[in-house]
Amino acid sequence: MSLVRFFKTIFMIDFLTGLIMAIKEIFKPKKTINYPFEKGSISPRARGEHALRRYPNGEERCIACKLCEAVCPAQAITIESSEREDGSRKTTRYDIDMLKCIYCGLCEQSCPVDAIVQGPNFEFATETREELYYNKEKLLENGDRWENILAANINADSSHR
Amino acid sequence: MAELFIFFDQIYRILFLLIPVLVSVAMIVWLDRRVWAFVQKRRGPNVVGPFGLFQTLADALKYIFKEIIIPASSNKVIFILAPIVTMTLALIAWAVIPFSETFVLADINVGILYLFAVSSLGVYGIIMGGWASNSKYPFLGAIRSAAQMVSYEVSIGVIIINVLLCVGSLNLSDIVLSQKDLWFVIPLFPMFIIFFISALAETNRPPFDLPEAEAELVAGYQTEYSGMMYAMFWLGEYANILLMCAMGSILFLGGWLSPIDLFPFNVIPAPIWLILKILFLFILFALIKAIVPRYRYDQLMKLGWKIFLPFSLIYVVLTASFLMYFDLLPGN
Repeated sequence: MSLVRFFKTIFMIDFLTGLIMAIKEIFKPKKTINYPFEKGSISPRARGEHALRRYPNGEERCIACKLCEAVCPAQAITIESSEREDGSRKTTRYDIDMLKCIYCGLCEQSCPVDAIVQGPNFEFATETREELYYNKEKLLENGDRWENILAANINADSSHR
Repeated sequence: MAELFIFFDQIYRILFLLIPVLVSVAMIVWLDRRVWAFVQKRRGPNVVGPFGLFQTLADALKYIFKEIIIPASSNKVIFILAPIVTMTLALIAWAVIPFSETFVLADINVGILYLFAVSSLGVYGIIMGGWASNSKYPFLGAIRSAAQMVSYEVSIGVIIINVLLCVGSLNLSDIVLSQKDLWFVIPLFPMFIIFFISALAETNRPPFDLPEAEAELVAGYQTEYSGMMYAMFWLGEYANILLMCAMGSILFLGGWLSPIDLFPFNVIPAPIWLILKILFLFILFALIKAIVPRYRYDQLMKLGWKIFLPFSLIYVVLTASFLMYFDLLPGN
């Protein structure tokens, strides 16, 4: 042990340096955010809760092509469709089991009309499992509620699609 | 009738001491977590109550409603007794702590010995808990804890002898009053440092938290405990930490005395000074938890037996010779 090392050990220089540093750190701004009251920024590509979008005139975007159902690796999506009176093909049933879903985003990528999208909302925890079996009404309601943000996110990301 | 009056008088005095101690234990847990978080630039508990002050009460409430699981292969009587012993021993020691010249529950002549004895007995709660669990991790934790606490008690004992040489009395009030001119932290500074580090080891605080080294032993002797029994271990541990801080401030930092006997300082009531000194020592405890990595077991034993014990023994000889030579022995 060198002489310098010996005196450093005896007078606990390393320890005191650490202590002073710790005291300085106490007064520095916090790195964490005050979560429920203060939220971090979310990328436009964030894959959160699902939503079914509508056209500005109120018509559903979904054309029941079932590409999302086919591509879904967890087989969380169930679609049934029929022809409407005006001759267009529309879904009669569009269910997503949010418990099966792995939030991979493949449904959003496969959709030719940007109907099914994953929004920025990740705070949809529920008290029962049943509440997480989303049906068409719930998904369309999500789409109506988040439309502004969803459209802005798709627009922001459009150059990369 | 008179006996009944004395009985109730004592009960009131005990409650008047015990309830503030328990409340301050809850506050100290919050402070510990908060300081730890601040050093790591986190926020720490800040939701329950103002600044999260009631976090510990919420935790305690949660523990009360949790199920107590007693392992089938455990020795049930000792298993249940262990946390009770730990908490009781941590609390009865407060009886002799003097908060001011008059405010002390039991002003006994061997106060420091009583304090030392009770804090040494604390190891029994841990050994009982570890052994009665009948499981390997608690047992290993308990063995480590026993060895560690016994080793560091030796050096704490020798440090106390140093202080006693300067005081000439075992009464805690006398120890405080003899520091009226000069706190013992100045002449006995190396002893204060060693006492502080030994107190860390004695209360199983980081960097000496080997008994509950979570990376190796799950949670040490507490592994099999749950619900209120775990909370009692936890309470006892923090009450012990607080007790060690109180002991440190009485032995070295002049207890309830104000730092200078001048106008703005000597008006502040005596207990406030003791509380401030305890808080200062506790914040140091909490800071050290945040900055120091855990010791290896052989390093811990080496530090206790090969460095602290010889050094404090030499210091006893030095103090004694100094006092003899300059004829400063108390009582002369």
